[in-house]
Amino acid sequence: MQKGKASLLFERPVMIAGAASVAGQKEGEGPLGEAIDVVERDPMFGAPNWEQAESTMQKQTADLALEKSAVHRKDIRYLFAGDLLGQLIATSFGTVDLEIPLFGLYGACSTIGEALCLGAMCVDGGYADHVMALSSSHYATAEKQFRFPLGYGNQRPESATWTVTGCGAVVLTADAGERAREEAGEDVPLPGFYGPGRGRGVRITAATTGRMVDMGTKDSMNMGAAMAPAAWDTIMQNFRDLDADENSYDRIITGDLGEIGQKILLDFMKNEGHDISRIHMDCGLEIYDNQAQDVHAGGSGCGCAAVTLCAGILPRLLDGSWNRVLFVPTGAMLSTVSYNEGQSIPGIAHAIVLEATGGERG
Amino acid sequence: MELNKDAYNQYVKGVTPQRSLWAAMGKAFVTGGCICTLGQLSVMGMTTFWGMEKETAMTWAQLELILLSVLFTGWNLYPKLVKWGGAGALVPITGFANSVVAPAVEYKDEGQVFGIGCKIFTIAGPVILYGIFTSWVLGILYWIGQMLGWLPV
Repeated sequence: MQKGKASLLFERPVMIAGAASVAGQKEGEGPLGEAIDVVERDPMFGAPNWEQAESTMQKQTADLALEKSAVHRKDIRYLFAGDLLGQLIATSFGTVDLEIPLFGLYGACSTIGEALCLGAMCVDGGYADHVMALSSSHYATAEKQFRFPLGYGNQRPESATWTVTGCGAVVLTADAGERAREEAGEDVPLPGFYGPGRGRGVRITAATTGRMVDMGTKDSMNMGAAMAPAAWDTIMQNFRDLDADENSYDRIITGDLGEIGQKILLDFMKNEGHDISRIHMDCGLEIYDNQAQDVHAGGSGCGCAAVTLCAGILPRLLDGSWNRVLFVPTGAMLSTVSYNEGQSIPGIAHAIVLEATGGERG
Repeated sequence: MELNKDAYNQYVKGVTPQRSLWAAMGKAFVTGGCICTLGQLSVMGMTTFWGMEKETAMTWAQLELILLSVLFTGWNLYPKLVKWGGAGALVPITGFANSVVAPAVEYKDEGQVFGIGCKIFTIAGPVILYGIFTSWVLGILYWIGQMLGWLPV
């Protein structure tokens, strides 16, 4: 159901059937390390180059998400996936073997939000019973594409963020549980199974699609400042469209604003009369210990929000810590070409409303 | 809330932390000084113990520093040195060597020609181009100065 200018309320239950995350060693040493499903010590993921390493990580994550959600690969009707690389090469090569019809997406670091939004629309509209949303980033591929070769010595400013090596995949389903109930029997709890009939589940109840917001920021080493106005715009749109405010959510969790972007967002929201400082979290600040791991302003990349969603947010919705969360992955839409041509860095943010359901069995 | 872009970017400047310039300059001084001292020690060693000509020894010292930089880049230690020492590690010849070796290592996977061949000078290229161009312009100016009798022939 359309709501307001840019939001949707999903009428059919769009359930999260399962989610998986795979990340690199640095992420494994961070605060979410324990909760990440697979922490790969080899940054090359056994592949001959960085790009193929990222593809391998995607395949590994997708397989694990299927396994955890107990949905068969052949039952996934569509895959919504993306990464940071030109022509989406990590995704196009990483998802070949899955043989799932693919919509390749580019939303910079907001890709998982875009994928979840489109996936939920598909399930809600009855166009698919099961879809998968996936996004990944790799520190080395991102550095190579957007900045410098890894061996080149340079000093990152304090406002710079660290690209997460990680991938998150979420399986959305219209009828979670059916197949699992058939296979496992009513009483056997499946690890990581999020559907109804298995205790608490998580469903996507609404989404607000973000627009491009350009405040003329030109510093590619300060992406938090480029994205914060977009996050603010989307959150305000969500509040207006759904008649919501800071009391409607247990947490508002942005993608990768980092320390500076977070400060800007909180200031902007306060100016609008919404003090969200108590409930705001940022995936970029959750995934690393900024000081101890020396990442400067925080984490970023398509994998940042995706891994934090799978390893940090969904588990806390499931364990009852939170009931309703506004998940707002943010993206800085820069390219080296637009940057060199003197263009500014526009931002985008998509908001997804995640709600815990049930708590009762059956 | 309407926001003016200039006002926003002024505000961003205010909330973005800046590095201490003096600390950065101190570290650069120490790092650059150490690299140059290393070169000087090498020159002195070669002239004193091997009886090498000073000019020849200086060329050898440069080659040694380049070799060290190449090795440190390959071992992924040079970025750590620059992270601490900043321009102190970038300005000496070792920094230039690092800027050539790093792309060579990175783009090796894209092939000898289109990878290493095309991309080895992606960082050093501008230095080479504008370095040569500037020396050419200065050469012309010097020549004109000589013609006018302002500079010695």
